[in-house]
Amino acid sequence: MTSAKQDIQLVRGQFPILHQEVNGKPLIYFDNAATTQKPLAVINALNEYYSLHNANIHRGAHTLADRSTGYFEDTRKSVQTFINAKEAEECIFTKGITESINLVAQTYGKKFLNAGDEVIISYMEHHSNIVPWQMICEEKGALLKVIPIHANGELNLEVYEQMLSVRTKIVACIWASNALGTINPIEKIIELAHSKGAIVLIDGAQAGSHISIDVQSLDIDFLVLSSHKLYGPTGVGVLYGKRALLEAMPPYQGGGEMIREVSFAVTTYNDIPFKFEAGTPNIGDVIAFKYALEFVTKRGLTNIAAYELMLLNYFVDGVKNIQNELGVDCVELIGTAQNKVAVQSFNIKGKHPFDIGMMLDAKGIAVRTGHHCTQPLMNFYGIEGTVRASFALYNTVEEIDVLLTSISAIIKR
Amino acid sequence: MTTTEIQNEIIEDFLLFEDDMESRLFYLMDLGKKLPAMSAAHQTAEYIVKGCQSKVWLFPVFEDGKIYFEADSNTEITKGLVSLLVKVWGGKTPEDIMATELYFIEKIGMSSMIGSQRSNGFSSMIKQMKMYAFALLNK
Repeated sequence: MTSAKQDIQLVRGQFPILHQEVNGKPLIYFDNAATTQKPLAVINALNEYYSLHNANIHRGAHTLADRSTGYFEDTRKSVQTFINAKEAEECIFTKGITESINLVAQTYGKKFLNAGDEVIISYMEHHSNIVPWQMICEEKGALLKVIPIHANGELNLEVYEQMLSVRTKIVACIWASNALGTINPIEKIIELAHSKGAIVLIDGAQAGSHISIDVQSLDIDFLVLSSHKLYGPTGVGVLYGKRALLEAMPPYQGGGEMIREVSFAVTTYNDIPFKFEAGTPNIGDVIAFKYALEFVTKRGLTNIAAYELMLLNYFVDGVKNIQNELGVDCVELIGTAQNKVAVQSFNIKGKHPFDIGMMLDAKGIAVRTGHHCTQPLMNFYGIEGTVRASFALYNTVEEIDVLLTSISAIIKR
Repeated sequence: MTTTEIQNEIIEDFLLFEDDMESRLFYLMDLGKKLPAMSAAHQTAEYIVKGCQSKVWLFPVFEDGKIYFEADSNTEITKGLVSLLVKVWGGKTPEDIMATELYFIEKIGMSSMIGSQRSNGFSSMIKQMKMYAFALLNK
């Protein structure tokens, strides 16, 4: 039996990028909410794909094409299992969450939104779950409404409930906030939306690597996921949609793959998922994504979440110790919801987040600084931005100790 | 001192810290703190440098055919960076400024320390100062 310490070293051994020095110090990677690092299985799968299998999919009558197509579709099945979708065909590959949301806004939104209809989003949405809705609402004369939040970073559900009406057609909400870490009660959000006949899109960007997903039991209409935030390659996103919804939607982009028959007079469209996958997709990265899902599944999301929560609590306790020692207002935690993923924003009094980020980088610590693509949320808190530390399954308490010591040193400077 | 001499002096000062990036950064921030205070009246949208992630203000003063700069920033590191440019170009003629090849930033190891977004900001500061020089030349 391996001890917890040995176990974490085994995990870290799977991530070659972690074993390097930055600015003369061992790299401490705390920018996992921006993108996670990739395990060997994913890196090797990419190498293997281009070394042995590369061919365009769903077309050629030759061995490599068959093989690539098979592997590509295997990943679709893995995604289906990962989110417990009823059918693999309900899982569409996109280039990322941004494209997934734009796809729904520009197809479902275009067809089903009318003047006077309402779309509800929340105050803590990422810009990618704000702007596509603004665009389609403007085009259709629909109204965009925003669920307010409490100071601790939790949604105000009472106001949300009052906002809902028969005019509400779409509710688009982030599952776990990238800036605050808040896990939103999507079960309740979905139930309330459905009671008014609205459909719900859940942005699972941050949730995917921390929370186990069951789209059927949660009755999610649309779920969007990002491979690169889930230990997989960049350039791959998922759009899950219920079959009936996807079939009712017009195509997004025209081109190869998405057609059944083309003539200059008329074109008929392919079935889902291909109707929404025009052109040659990101085959290699999709194939490698399967290995990321396998990696996460093998570790178990419950185990991963428990470990990451321990890291988050360790960091928050450490910050509270600093507050006790150096003054309660020397460092401020932003996002203190009850239920959180391992993401913590903070600010140091009198220091600009950029300066803090640069000073931490000089110590080999990678954090994100700025507005985290959530400018309305930053405005709510009356700040320009924050420093954000986000933890993953390969981070350690020893690394957090280095961060805490560095924060103390910056405050004392 | 010529712009070349000033750049060489900056490089020598930074090289004292060898490869210790943290010390270089602290030194840079200290240099920023020594920058003479900028008049609040000049910290307006008109004098803000576009293209920087952090806020930077540059105000030119033309005197006897030379340019002097008032500068400030809301972040310490950017303020340190702009202070270096002020050190090289402050009190120089527009011809000097236009003809300067800036090489110190790479030599003091800051091009790798400064992320691309901030680097772009740094380029914007350089561009803005050169534009002021160009404007004086064509007055």
